[in-house]
Amino acid sequence: MEKDKVPQQDSNILEGKVKMLKYAVDENGNYTKVPSVGWEPETIVLSLAWDEIHEKIDAVRKRVLANEISPIAYFMEKEMLDIPLLSQYVGYFSFQVKRHLKPSIFKKLSRKQLEKYAKAFQITKEQLLDISLDNK
Amino acid sequence: MQINFEHNQSAHCESGTASNLLRFHGLILSEPMIFGIGSGLFFGHFPFLKVNGIPGTTYRIFPGLIFSRTCKQLGIKMKEQTFRSETKAMEELDRILEKGMPVGLLTSVYYLPYLPAALRFHFNAHNIVVYGKKDGKYLVSDPVMETVTEIAPEDLQRARFAKGALAPNGKMYYPIFVPKEINLKRSIVAGIRRTAVDMTAIPVPLIGVRGIRFLAKKIAGYPKKLSERKSSLYLGNIVRMQEEIGTGGAGFRFIYAAFLQESSSILKQDWLMDISKEVTETGDKWRDFAYDAARICKDRATSGESYEKLSSMMLDCADREENIFTKLKKITL
Repeated sequence: MEKDKVPQQDSNILEGKVKMLKYAVDENGNYTKVPSVGWEPETIVLSLAWDEIHEKIDAVRKRVLANEISPIAYFMEKEMLDIPLLSQYVGYFSFQVKRHLKPSIFKKLSRKQLEKYAKAFQITKEQLLDISLDNK
Repeated sequence: MQINFEHNQSAHCESGTASNLLRFHGLILSEPMIFGIGSGLFFGHFPFLKVNGIPGTTYRIFPGLIFSRTCKQLGIKMKEQTFRSETKAMEELDRILEKGMPVGLLTSVYYLPYLPAALRFHFNAHNIVVYGKKDGKYLVSDPVMETVTEIAPEDLQRARFAKGALAPNGKMYYPIFVPKEINLKRSIVAGIRRTAVDMTAIPVPLIGVRGIRFLAKKIAGYPKKLSERKSSLYLGNIVRMQEEIGTGGAGFRFIYAAFLQESSSILKQDWLMDISKEVTETGDKWRDFAYDAARICKDRATSGESYEKLSSMMLDCADREENIFTKLKKITL
């Protein structure tokens, strides 16, 4: 890739926080480092991956609001965790976490248990109990 | 407390961290040099290793190996520690910083608040350097960032103790012995040979040039085997891994070309310059692949034809790389 061909297509997906460093050849064929604000294909595949995640979150959110599944499922999806991973963070077995996904059992969780989940999701206990507070 | 640490942005976190840390200890090696000596270039496609249901693809060697191979080649001794206790891990970090030594840390990308949200996935093998503490915050040199930054202790602790695949377990490392004289030429040759073997001679069909061909065949079959949505997710992931945090859209091929260029003048072997050009060309071909693949993902095109074309583009890359590394395998001092 030539230096002047290093793509500079800013899509704001990186919030202007990072410029990527690319290696490219200059006029004399020598490699140099060139910062790049972004490249369209990069952005496309990155947003595709995020769209997929957001769709999943929305789907779970609806199920939680319909009381089919407990709020733990929503925050689990939002934090991109799965049951085995979440069980490591909260220190329960997978089967316990799976039980806690049932709304009827979630209702019976102790304060201590709820706090463990809240800590794993980096939220407060109140947020965990009411997902409508969470509008991200 | 703050250590006088020179931060240089790099394209890849592991080779960048290594380069920055070694420079502090008086050994000046560029990022591509470390990437090459550590035999960073690689290819692997693992259909059975799924992340979020998508098979894994990698364009570089497994995390941690670039660093350990470089140190072994150059005779550098590193102190590496992992911890069970989070408190102890933070205390030990403070203790080494107090001694005036910058420390390399393995972290999860997901829990580093200074990174843009779009890059924060659960990826547990990101390398950063912490070089001091100021006003209760740690000073961080993250090689993918343009400048140094800082992080709150609780965030750092969380990032160091992320769980899941490749869990860092608070891993920290710093050089305890850096030789005054290094045999750079010998290390370069050894590094190149190893990459050549990795790419052409490992009898596993998922790895190296054979891995590229394997994946190319899979891609051709995506529209038949997978749903429209799955096809574009799978394809998107292949491209995403290729582009992952600053690789110039060529799955680390451009860094490797830069390494060969530098090696050519160090070893005084002009033919490496020609090979470097070939690697650059191959890198451009990978870029073309990424470009077309991303288009297909976006349009959710399902015609078998477009996937066939992608497949043949990838087979072309495989042929080129086979040719390159067969030549490079014969390198001598």
